[in-house]
Amino acid sequence: MKRFLNFLSAATLLLVTNSLFAQSIPEIRFESQPDLLSMPDDIYLGEAVGVATNSHGHLYVYTRSGSSNVTLGSNRVFRRSSSRLFEFDANGKYVREIGQGLYAFLFAHTVRVDSEDNIWIVDEGSNMVVKFDPDGKVLLTLGRTPEAVRNPSPRGAELRRNDGVGIEGDIFGRPTDVAWDADGNIFVSDGYNNSRVAKFDRYGAFITSWGSYGAELGEFNTLHTIATDADGNVYVGDRGNRRIQVFDNDGNFKSVITGIGAPWAICISPGPHQYLYSSNSSGTSNLSDGEIYKMELDGTILGKFGRAGRMLGEFASTHEIDCRTENTLYVGEILSWRVQKLTLYP
Amino acid sequence: MQRNSSVIFFGLSLFLASSVFLSGSIIAQTPEAPRIAYESVPDFIKMPDGLYMGEAMGVATNSQGEFYVYTRSGEATRLFQFDANGNFMREIGYGLYGMVFAHAVRVDADDNIWVVDEGSDMVIKFNPAGRVMLTIGRRPEAQGLRETPERGAPRPEARQYNLGRPTDIGWDPQGNIFISDGYINSRVVKYDKEGRYLGEVGTRGSEIGQMSTPHTMQVDAEGNVFVGDRGNRRIQVFDNDLNFKYVIEGIGAPWAVCISPGPHQFLYSSNSNTTGNTAASYDNAGEIYKMELDGTIIGRFGTGGKRLGEFGSTHAMDCRNPDELLIAEVTTFRVQKILLSSDVTLP
Repeated sequence: MKRFLNFLSAATLLLVTNSLFAQSIPEIRFESQPDLLSMPDDIYLGEAVGVATNSHGHLYVYTRSGSSNVTLGSNRVFRRSSSRLFEFDANGKYVREIGQGLYAFLFAHTVRVDSEDNIWIVDEGSNMVVKFDPDGKVLLTLGRTPEAVRNPSPRGAELRRNDGVGIEGDIFGRPTDVAWDADGNIFVSDGYNNSRVAKFDRYGAFITSWGSYGAELGEFNTLHTIATDADGNVYVGDRGNRRIQVFDNDGNFKSVITGIGAPWAICISPGPHQYLYSSNSSGTSNLSDGEIYKMELDGTILGKFGRAGRMLGEFASTHEIDCRTENTLYVGEILSWRVQKLTLYP
Repeated sequence: MQRNSSVIFFGLSLFLASSVFLSGSIIAQTPEAPRIAYESVPDFIKMPDGLYMGEAMGVATNSQGEFYVYTRSGEATRLFQFDANGNFMREIGYGLYGMVFAHAVRVDADDNIWVVDEGSDMVIKFNPAGRVMLTIGRRPEAQGLRETPERGAPRPEARQYNLGRPTDIGWDPQGNIFISDGYINSRVVKYDKEGRYLGEVGTRGSEIGQMSTPHTMQVDAEGNVFVGDRGNRRIQVFDNDLNFKYVIEGIGAPWAVCISPGPHQFLYSSNSNTTGNTAASYDNAGEIYKMELDGTIIGRFGTGGKRLGEFGSTHAMDCRNPDELLIAEVTTFRVQKILLSSDVTLP
């Protein structure tokens, strides 16, 4: 209980700090590059839910696209969604597709690139996390595609968010994101249904997991995005609770960041001075909010930029941000089926 | 009333007004509407070997006379482009996430191509090069086509940025976007050209201002909105702010409407025969009306049927040239080019 009170006072302090700053958050000037991605004539992006760069500036986009998979509607037969993974060079020129028809590609959620340029996808439809080497070969899988995927997948009243409490393994429930520490340990935010963070070693062996559904500190309501800093601390975007919770490398609660709306997508820039970005994305049924915050790792807000909308430089449900370079951000959006390259002028 | 063409103005004087008009000169008895002579160009569309048209749900020309067909095909809903002579040019958007179950295609004043998809609940704008420029609505993450609610059933909550099996799209001269929405939501929604919600009209029902499957819609040069209220067998006309203006009846069920451009605009509406292909459906449906914008019938042409020059459930019309119509049909997997004659004969 004393430990909990400590959490609370730390949380209150941070909350107060951000509220005080809320009056005077500086606007960061930025530009979005027009016509960033050049696609082949016969390939189209769908919902650009995942975007990540590698060390050469190549861009990976994990998108919800069409496919020949068929589902039964109420009275018609037509295609269901599927996922595709595209690679682009640093100028946005299409390079190739990876993983065509892969068994784990069902309903895209995020893509991340690790420090060795391996490409990791998180698929909330197949409940899988898949690691590709830079050549596109599958190196590691976590989770397993259910033998029969329910359609529709559980949501709303059907959503049972505590199913995964205490699972010692990789039975995911609509996982959302992945991150790694300096030793290569793997952290999976899991997710819509399971409300836990699961930690695995670099070979995929389970180490620990923490969290359950709820609004208390250490509990989650749709943990939607995750990132680690250079010290191995774990930042969890607890979207439904409108806060980022910070844990140490073993899952012990450290602090909470509020006053930044609902964190749909977070990223942490590399280098000696790391920054935390978080998007208070507009929902998929409105065009409100939409701004992205730039913070110190302790949650101090340095500035914000952008708003909801569908024009260049506006954001329609930002779903993932890449910030390998502090002032060059890639933003993937659900609704506008595009990736924007932003240059910040802080 | 069903077989009269009348223009009924809304207000307390509704019945008086219609009585006046019933005895006035603009009333035409539908069976006696003048017949417009016409012919259909044989073998108009030329497909490449191995590529087939499915149900031709939407057809629209651009300013070059090229045209687009939005079709429900075997594997997918597809968008094809043809030149003015009907030669296949290319496909746009194969495998696109929003192409699920075709409903309409329209081309705006800048030759952008807009598709309306009732399976993905989306409207998608392509530039002339075929690049996605704007999306409205969002494809449900996992579900089939939704059933139209029973008559009298409460309409599901219609949200500003979510569509419910939308059916058609139009623009006013300022570029504002109007979407008829649709099988589920029974409304017309207005967005600005950047896709921001401005307003809407309509609930499910048969009163004035209510709609029962708004299935087709176009906007005239003054920004008035013509809504084919198919289930209520009428066209309702609203001003640019979606205030009711008047209603056009006596033209059957408007499955497809189009409005020609130019200084003198004409309104076309198809009383399409149903897809069940019953013999009776040819007797009382299938014809297309040519009207003044106020609803005065100039003439009618065509019948239901599957032969050349007959119409198999007309689903869309293009009338950029008021004497050369492109007609897309559901059941015959084809688009016909119809040349209207100036010969108009009284029955």
